[in-house]
Amino acid sequence: MTTTTTARPGPAATAGRRPSDRARTRRRQGGWGVLPTIVLLVGAIYCLIPVIWVYVAASKTRGELFTTFTFAPGTGLWENLVALFAYEGGQYLLWCLNSLVYSGVGSLLSVLVSTMAGYGLAKYEFRGRSFLFLSILAGVLIPGIVLAVPQYLLLSQLGLVGTHWSVLLPSIISPFGIYLSRVYAMSAVPQETLEAARIDGAGEWRIFQTIVLPLMVPGMVTVFLLQFIGTWNNFLLPYIMLSDQDLYPLTVGLFTLLAKGSGSPALYSVAITGAAVSIIPLLALVLFLQRYWRLDLVSGGLKG
Amino acid sequence: MSTTVQAPRRRPRRWQVAPYLFTAPAVILYIAFMLVPVGYAVWLSLRAYRIEGALLGRKTDVFVGLENYAAVLTNPDFAAGFGRLAVYGIIAVPLTLGLALLFALVLDTPAARLKRFGRTAIFIPYAVPGVVAALLWGFMYLPSTSPFSYLTRAVGLGTIPFLEEPGLFGSLANIAVWGGVGFNMIIIYTSLRSIPSEIYESARLDGASETQIALRIKVPLVVPALVLTGVFSLIGTLQLYSEPATLQPMTSAISNTWVPLMTIYRDAFGTDDLPQAAAASTVLAVGTVLVSVIILRIVNRKRMGVER
Repeated sequence: MTTTTTARPGPAATAGRRPSDRARTRRRQGGWGVLPTIVLLVGAIYCLIPVIWVYVAASKTRGELFTTFTFAPGTGLWENLVALFAYEGGQYLLWCLNSLVYSGVGSLLSVLVSTMAGYGLAKYEFRGRSFLFLSILAGVLIPGIVLAVPQYLLLSQLGLVGTHWSVLLPSIISPFGIYLSRVYAMSAVPQETLEAARIDGAGEWRIFQTIVLPLMVPGMVTVFLLQFIGTWNNFLLPYIMLSDQDLYPLTVGLFTLLAKGSGSPALYSVAITGAAVSIIPLLALVLFLQRYWRLDLVSGGLKG
Repeated sequence: MSTTVQAPRRRPRRWQVAPYLFTAPAVILYIAFMLVPVGYAVWLSLRAYRIEGALLGRKTDVFVGLENYAAVLTNPDFAAGFGRLAVYGIIAVPLTLGLALLFALVLDTPAARLKRFGRTAIFIPYAVPGVVAALLWGFMYLPSTSPFSYLTRAVGLGTIPFLEEPGLFGSLANIAVWGGVGFNMIIIYTSLRSIPSEIYESARLDGASETQIALRIKVPLVVPALVLTGVFSLIGTLQLYSEPATLQPMTSAISNTWVPLMTIYRDAFGTDDLPQAAAASTVLAVGTVLVSVIILRIVNRKRMGVER
């Protein structure tokens, strides 16, 4: 928690005043009393309940899942984990790896492409710049999911459908990432530094590598995280592109597990445990990297 | 807002190759994975194109003009899907934005405690994929595992019909609200934080209460952020697919054409009517872009740095 360092009137200072004064002071500093804290707590509980539920449910045996009170912990956690990782000869682990590859490699490439394009759009005047930027802005508004069907048709003609590439390649282009990189480059890369480097005779690529890239790291981290989570959470694209279960990412894998579960409820426990385990890496990522996010980029309130 | 560095104003001394090289990878990928698919979908949507197994037998296609569009627009399944989407969106979008704004305002209130915990907890669902979120909530709706129905049964009120219409709309909207509130809250909150605090100080000196400050100063100043999050929520609404598809095994109330994307998916991969699916995709894309552009134009033109 952040401790308030601004000098508040201490108890000694307020003690002498009349009660109405003190009340006014308190109201001025906060207002509404404990109401804001209660609102925040209710929101937090609402958001945490399903997460808590899935971990409780993952600890239940098949019988307990449908008989005991939903928030009563069970006794089958180990059993469920064993069943999950044994499912179809360890397919779950493959799904985790696939998700990691699609999101990790895809976002890394996406960040590189976006950073270069964002920098180019922000820091150079060239013929076609506005047109290019407007086209990319239009791309932000095209729902990526609508593209999935035509992308499938095109990639199938190239013979790439059903391979890792069919999920990886369409994930690299991110109009929103380019837009954010441009915003960040405009405020984080000073024009004078570029001019100075040019006068010193540095080439444009060298300037980009040695000066621009380090300056843009915070923006790049933000774009990377947004893209990583976006790809990790993507469902329809891999669902359409892939038919080999060994290539599925977690989302599609868990979806098929659940769909099968309606036929054989034994798989419900496996699906629940799979969901519980699949959340952990992203939770860790979000919690750990929270401080590196520059989401003020997205809201447009960027302070350089 | 005003701190953004001015774009270089100097005239290019010579034709430079560097900016084209920097933007080239993005342009190539943009053309390959966005423009070409869009163009291909539009082209395909103007044809009648029966496929019997092989995609290469394309010589059999014929130009049929807007026939597919007429079929899409008069398709009762598609129209019903949009109707459901509208009901769902009318619940989900205002709730998501309203709650996000409320939490952001609360986070920006000096009196609130446990801010870090609250912010993190509300943001956590953002890291949960839609499919997994639907799976979690699905079990919380399912009569045999629902804690809510457990409680209502215990007091003799019976099971709550989460997975039957009309409750289903609320249940699906709740999944979207749950997943979307945190991200939108952070966007609005960062936008609140960029407002200079002197504004509040002078308002307080003038005797404004915290409620007045919130409603009269903060809310108008974050309208741009609200517009942005509103557009994103709207785009998200039109793309609704994975949540109802995930809930489908749990209930008979969700048909194969429950939302437009499910119809498109069925046309493309179930019945192999690709031109029909392409036409429906185009309608959906054009609708999304139109609605977004209209909103952005009406509410504020200066957004997204286009006009500089």
